[in-house]
Amino acid sequence: MAYPHAHPREARVLSKHFGEKDAIPIDGWIERGGYKALDKALAASPDDITQIVKDSGLRGRGGAGFPTGLKWSFMPKDGGKPNYLACNADESEPGTFKDREIMRWTPHQLIEGCIISSYAIRAKHAYIYIRGEFVDVVRILNQAVVEAYERGYLGKNIKGSGYDLDLTVHLGAGAYIAGEETGLLNSLEGRRAEPRIKPPFPAQRGAFGMPTTVNNVETLAAVPHIVLNGADWYRQWGTSKSPGTKLFSCCGHLQRPGNYEVPLDFNLRDLVFDLCGGPPKGRQLLALIPGGSSVPIMTADEIDCDVSYEGIEAAGSMLGSGGLIAMDDSTCMVRAVRRMVEFYAHESCGQCTNCREGTSWLAKILRRIERGQGREEDLPLLLDIGANMAGKTICPLSDSAAVPVVSAIQKFGREFEAHIQDGRCTAVN
Amino acid sequence: MSESIHPAVCSAQPSQRADKNPDAPLFEGAYKERFDHILSRYPNKRAALLPVLNMAQELRGWLSPATITRVAELLELTPDYVRSVASFYTMFQLRPVGRHLIQVCIGIGCDLCGAEEVVEDLLEATGTRIGETSRDGKYTVVEVECLGACGFPTVVQVNDKVYENVKPEDVEGLMKELD
Ligand SMILES: Cc1cc2nc3c(=O)[nH]c(=O)nc-3n(C[C@H](O)[C@H](O)[C@H](O)COP(=O)(O)O)c2cc1C
Ligand code: SF4
Ligand code: FES
Repeated sequence: MAYPHAHPREARVLSKHFGEKDAIPIDGWIERGGYKALDKALAASPDDITQIVKDSGLRGRGGAGFPTGLKWSFMPKDGGKPNYLACNADESEPGTFKDREIMRWTPHQLIEGCIISSYAIRAKHAYIYIRGEFVDVVRILNQAVVEAYERGYLGKNIKGSGYDLDLTVHLGAGAYIAGEETGLLNSLEGRRAEPRIKPPFPAQRGAFGMPTTVNNVETLAAVPHIVLNGADWYRQWGTSKSPGTKLFSCCGHLQRPGNYEVPLDFNLRDLVFDLCGGPPKGRQLLALIPGGSSVPIMTADEIDCDVSYEGIEAAGSMLGSGGLIAMDDSTCMVRAVRRMVEFYAHESCGQCTNCREGTSWLAKILRRIERGQGREEDLPLLLDIGANMAGKTICPLSDSAAVPVVSAIQKFGREFEAHIQDGRCTAVN
Repeated sequence: MSESIHPAVCSAQPSQRADKNPDAPLFEGAYKERFDHILSRYPNKRAALLPVLNMAQELRGWLSPATITRVAELLELTPDYVRSVASFYTMFQLRPVGRHLIQVCIGIGCDLCGAEEVVEDLLEATGTRIGETSRDGKYTVVEVECLGACGFPTVVQVNDKVYENVKPEDVEGLMKELD
């Protein structure tokens, strides 16, 4: 399938070559300026590269928005133990499908990002942990990795620099929680993908007990552009706290779903209505989730904000992974929330009681409300369970599961009440 | 599977195929080479577990108790440990599945856009219920969570092929393709 929609108001840095088949093989990538940033990086010192990335203000695109350069600076420099890079390509947050597009159309963009980032953190081995379901994408990525080895961008003495790096593609096997960074490390080590208690943080004790940096695909893919063009160039987009561009995966009730790359000060309403075309004709936008299913739901009149980390937060939600889910007035909010919660109930690793029990309990109550068998006390009960799930567990999945429920009851309480009191759904057919 | 695979990508070979043979010999010939390549990429044997289970599943279609025991031996782990890890991951099949494993996404993106009808139509077309294998051993239909292509609903994966934008009216054509 050709790349669906490109829009003149986008700022296509990472997605510039999406949809171009010729950009996939290494020659096509080099023709488009690929691997120039690597040459430049190898001529500089690892600390210079870390400094450029720090100055650019790049923040992690996996969901938490942690400053990337700062994360790298936690890695030991003494070479006492082997350092590792783990690229998080487990992308499984419902509503998010941007990393897949990066790997599918521009695999070398990611590989170059992995090599430069590994160099900066002094890693000799990088793993790309890719979710097992990405069967066609992994074939494309594998081919690109083999090409990079054949051309001397990976392996011993890369391009005569004296720097050695191996890269291994590691396939996951179906577990959302393997996307949480310490779950990922356990999974990479051949264990159940159960998150670890932090500290120690991965930079202290990561993969195989060694210092490790975990970064998202989109984060790493941005690195070559920053290294090649400089921090100021990157800061021409976005805000001072959220510089650069970001991919938004847009799905749900939209006329033109797909991935759009916009500066981080772009208006959220414009993204939904102008770029994505808004909901189908004759429909009204009811609700929007801007950053994957684990961020608070917004009402249609809350979305006049910019898409920066701080802009969306001020409007009551979170940028998260940039997985935008639009719901029009045909949506049954109870069903939508039930579906999201069932996801978390299914994906909870079960280590923490509040998460394991809380997610299934929420799902059970939501199912009965949806069937018209809700009870008067169900809404306070849902809120109470939600409150008990937040901030008490090993990883934030538990918090994430409560977020859609609590925010939907706060903002769309009437729909829940209609189900409970009259056994009726308020969705417009 | 005759040509040799670069060691860097031996741990990432998609594994669900239609030509599964539950009695296939484990890790001989090209597969032995792949096994060795996988081990060469990690500092210990345990780390090879997911890739090796994946390869076993590619060969045999599912992870029988005998397969698990053999993998455990090769990686110097206990069968209980291997089973406990395998059961954590949804893509490892601990029971035999049909020749065509049909996974339908019911994640929020697909659900909003009518995944439920696609599931119903697929169940009708295969004459099965969720998770059951059809009598002729051909099909197993399962519901899965977000497949990471939410903008192109409904997303359906059959063995290691992904179909996007599947509408109820596409089900008939899809079934023909599988025969
Ligand atoms: C439950 C859960 C699931 C996550 N899934 C992913 C994921 O699929 N991909 C990802 O990059 N980060 C995911 N994260 C975030 C990672 O833990 C980690 O913060 C991120 O990979 C760091 O990379 P970044 O700094 O480049 O964003 C998840 C976090 C949690 C709590
Ligand atoms: S919060 Fe949930 S998913 Fe996270 S470690 Fe605890 S049980 Fe596992
Ligand atoms: S919800 Fe179906 S692919 Fe994400």
